[in-house]
Amino acid sequence: MKNKLSSFVVIIFLSFCFVVFYKGLNNPNTYSPKIKDKKNIPIFEAKDFNSNSYLNSEKIFEEDIFYIINIWASWCVPCRTEHPLLMGLSKNQSVKLIGLNYRDNLNNAKKFINKFGNPYSQIIIDEDGTLSVEFGAFGVPETFIIDKNKKIIKKIVGPINKEIVEEIKLIIK
Amino acid sequence: MLANQIGYYSLILGLLLSVLLCGISIKDFNNSSKQINQKVLSLSFLQLVFVIVSFLSLIFSFVNSDFSNETVFNNSHTTKPLFYKISGTWGNHEGSLLLWLLVLTLFIFLFLIKSREQPKKYRILTLLFQQIIIIGFFLFVLLTSNPFNYLFPIPIEGLGLNPILQDPALAIHPPILYLGYVGTSIIFSSSLAAVTQNYISKEWGQHVKKWVLVSWVFLTLGIMLGSIWAYYELGWGGFWFWDPVENVSLMPWLTLTALLHCIIVLERRAALTSWVVILSITTFTLSMCGTFLVRSGILNSVHTFANDPTRGIFILIFLFVLIALSLGVFFLFHNENNKSSNNFFWLSRETSILINNWFMMYFLSVVLIGTVYPIFLDVISSEKISVGPPFYQKLIVPFLIPFLLFMSLGPRLKWVKSKIENKYSLIITFIISVILTFFILKNLTTDLLFYTVLVSVAFFLFFTTLKELFIKKLNNTGQTVAHLGFSLLILSILFNSILSSEIITNIKVGEKYNYSEGEIFFKKAEERKESNFNAIIGHFEIKDKSGKIIELKPEIRVYNQPIIITSEADIKTTLLDDKFLAMNLVKGNEYFNIRYQVKPFMVWIWISVLLLSFGGLMSLLKKRYEK
Amino acid sequence: MKILKIFMILFLFISFPHLKSDEKNDEFKSKVLKNIRCLICQGQSVYDSESDFAFSIKLIVNRKINEGLKEEQIYEYLREKYGDWVIYDPGLNKNTYFLWLLPLLLFLFGGAIIYKKTITNKINKT
Repeated sequence: MKNKLSSFVVIIFLSFCFVVFYKGLNNPNTYSPKIKDKKNIPIFEAKDFNSNSYLNSEKIFEEDIFYIINIWASWCVPCRTEHPLLMGLSKNQSVKLIGLNYRDNLNNAKKFINKFGNPYSQIIIDEDGTLSVEFGAFGVPETFIIDKNKKIIKKIVGPINKEIVEEIKLIIK
Repeated sequence: MLANQIGYYSLILGLLLSVLLCGISIKDFNNSSKQINQKVLSLSFLQLVFVIVSFLSLIFSFVNSDFSNETVFNNSHTTKPLFYKISGTWGNHEGSLLLWLLVLTLFIFLFLIKSREQPKKYRILTLLFQQIIIIGFFLFVLLTSNPFNYLFPIPIEGLGLNPILQDPALAIHPPILYLGYVGTSIIFSSSLAAVTQNYISKEWGQHVKKWVLVSWVFLTLGIMLGSIWAYYELGWGGFWFWDPVENVSLMPWLTLTALLHCIIVLERRAALTSWVVILSITTFTLSMCGTFLVRSGILNSVHTFANDPTRGIFILIFLFVLIALSLGVFFLFHNENNKSSNNFFWLSRETSILINNWFMMYFLSVVLIGTVYPIFLDVISSEKISVGPPFYQKLIVPFLIPFLLFMSLGPRLKWVKSKIENKYSLIITFIISVILTFFILKNLTTDLLFYTVLVSVAFFLFFTTLKELFIKKLNNTGQTVAHLGFSLLILSILFNSILSSEIITNIKVGEKYNYSEGEIFFKKAEERKESNFNAIIGHFEIKDKSGKIIELKPEIRVYNQPIIITSEADIKTTLLDDKFLAMNLVKGNEYFNIRYQVKPFMVWIWISVLLLSFGGLMSLLKKRYEK
Repeated sequence: MKILKIFMILFLFISFPHLKSDEKNDEFKSKVLKNIRCLICQGQSVYDSESDFAFSIKLIVNRKINEGLKEEQIYEYLREKYGDWVIYDPGLNKNTYFLWLLPLLLFLFGGAIIYKKTITNKINKT
């Protein structure tokens, strides 16, 4: 009897492990945390790209509209691939793009904008990368969608592509 | 291209031979002759030859940069030095599986040769169980991980091997590790065979102990080589990170060590029979499980192989088939004979070995649970957590204290029933250890109480084993040497951890950095071109308080294929300490970031592991002499 | 001369406690940084990494230490931004009870087995 019980327990335990491992295989392993509760955008002050003066976050996000924050840098190669898509999005009336220039050289960044175009209604500078950490970003490129309640509703790690642009267009309708 | 064909068809022939071997040996099973049919031995040898041929063909393709072979294309490059072209063969998923097959077939062949005095049915069954594993791996290779896939059109150049894998220690780490890791397969097969034949006895214990020792020595050395590689190559002076791949090699080592101790009991008293079988099954299961964890992409780590869920599913199913098979065999065939001899007197060597197993299993559970828990949590509740070094340290280190104490006392106990002899000399040794520790550590550390207890017990083990080695001259010197090595390992790790110091700073060429113990002078930076990388070499002069100067030349390397930037530390090793200097670029300016570490007794960590393995080797060879 | 000596001794006295508190501060900072995972590296802590992410995190941790935050508060701040897995120490919370308890339970279980195996024999023999 004891033998039968212990073998039964062992079989149940092993089946459980098998199922867990099997499911674990199919889980994506990209370790990008989902946004579970919508978080408020952080309150911050940052230097403006063009005017060198300090802007308050409340002022940057003051309009009753969707915002997209895009973290970019002139030295970031994937940023160039997503840039045309950002230019396209900037034509959309229901959203404003805010650029966050990450750990960059001001001259190089200005050259980048002059060469590839400016999709942003405003650009702020994050010279040491700490502002991006406030947003919970890993690096560059990274994009956040902010809704009208000033909450972060979506986070895209890596360059955006056409499918993501379609998703965004649906969200901001 | 011909090599491709030869390699591939050798594998197919090897698989067919497995089937043939199974057929012939099953027929031979009921044959009344005492020795196995000679054909079985020859066919087993032939199978080994086919795997060797396949392995050599892959090496040949790598050496010739034959990019019509997909594996060579993915993992090699014409500018790689010859040594790394060869070692690149087993530095990838497909090639390392050929290494698996090589060790599997080698060990069963050697087993057949070296076990002629063993009962015939037992030998045949061992062969059959091992062939099940071999067939599984042949299928795995041929169906999901063929090293001989064709690429057409033939690329001119390959994708290259990750430069941090181009290191001598890492080149020989897989073969040595696999001899241990995969070698546990023979223990698995032979214990299952023995169970069916009711052959778990003293004689079997004596016979299988050799195989346990061989696996154990290679596994110990293999793990050490991996740590040495991490220390020299990964650039931040650590040698163990509780990374999943490291844990996966440590787990079979823990059970193998426990098994080794249990076999000693089995040899003497034919006790712990079920537990020995369970440990044998568990050890190889952990090897397979480890293979699953690091090759399936389920875990992220510093050195996982290419991730591929289909391969993961195959190994998962294969693993559980083996578990089901082994547990099935165990439950069906094992009977509890001699139950009375299964209870031990509380003060005896048997009990001390039980205690050893108790702690080993605890350490195993910490490592195993720490490694797989995030997977379970993620699947069950979609929460992602990290289980890092603090977890392992908090749960393992405190338990080392009683463990080391038991390790000092255990070997002195007699079998069956014992008294602690020479109580006074033991107590005196203990007091000396504590006092010595206290005086050494007094001014060195803030965590005085904790470290004092830990180091004292390590010293206690050290002195007791030293005494046993030189004064008492017991007849199991191998074991004493191994225990001495272990105490030395703990001592080196502890003192290294307490006494190590590090300076991190940004410095530019021509600058001097002053700190409390001396100064660092960044003399100059020069450039050097090699066949597959460009390097910036920093010439540093480090002057200590007494005015002695040492030169260190760390490098920053930019490899050409794949384009990766690595930092190569320069390490000056002496018996007393290692001086470690690593250099990194700082974004956007002429400064370099340097890390200078002084690590006392670092080399003693490697020496003590060598001593540990040497003890095992001594035990292995001693048996031969006695026979 | 005498004044110079007194001046030097005073100077040392003043600077020494600073040195000590700097050392302790450095040790604390190292401890915290070693416990934070570098999210864009493979298996490195922020302490060991020289990546952009690690650079920014180091600055932020510095800032938080200077603001007087305790160790657990710094971890909480980062966990809120990145999730639990950014901190290497899994901590003791509703997600990790089993993680910590299972090995300890197994240890007790093993102890019970050994106790049963050896004590019964002692009773039988005496």
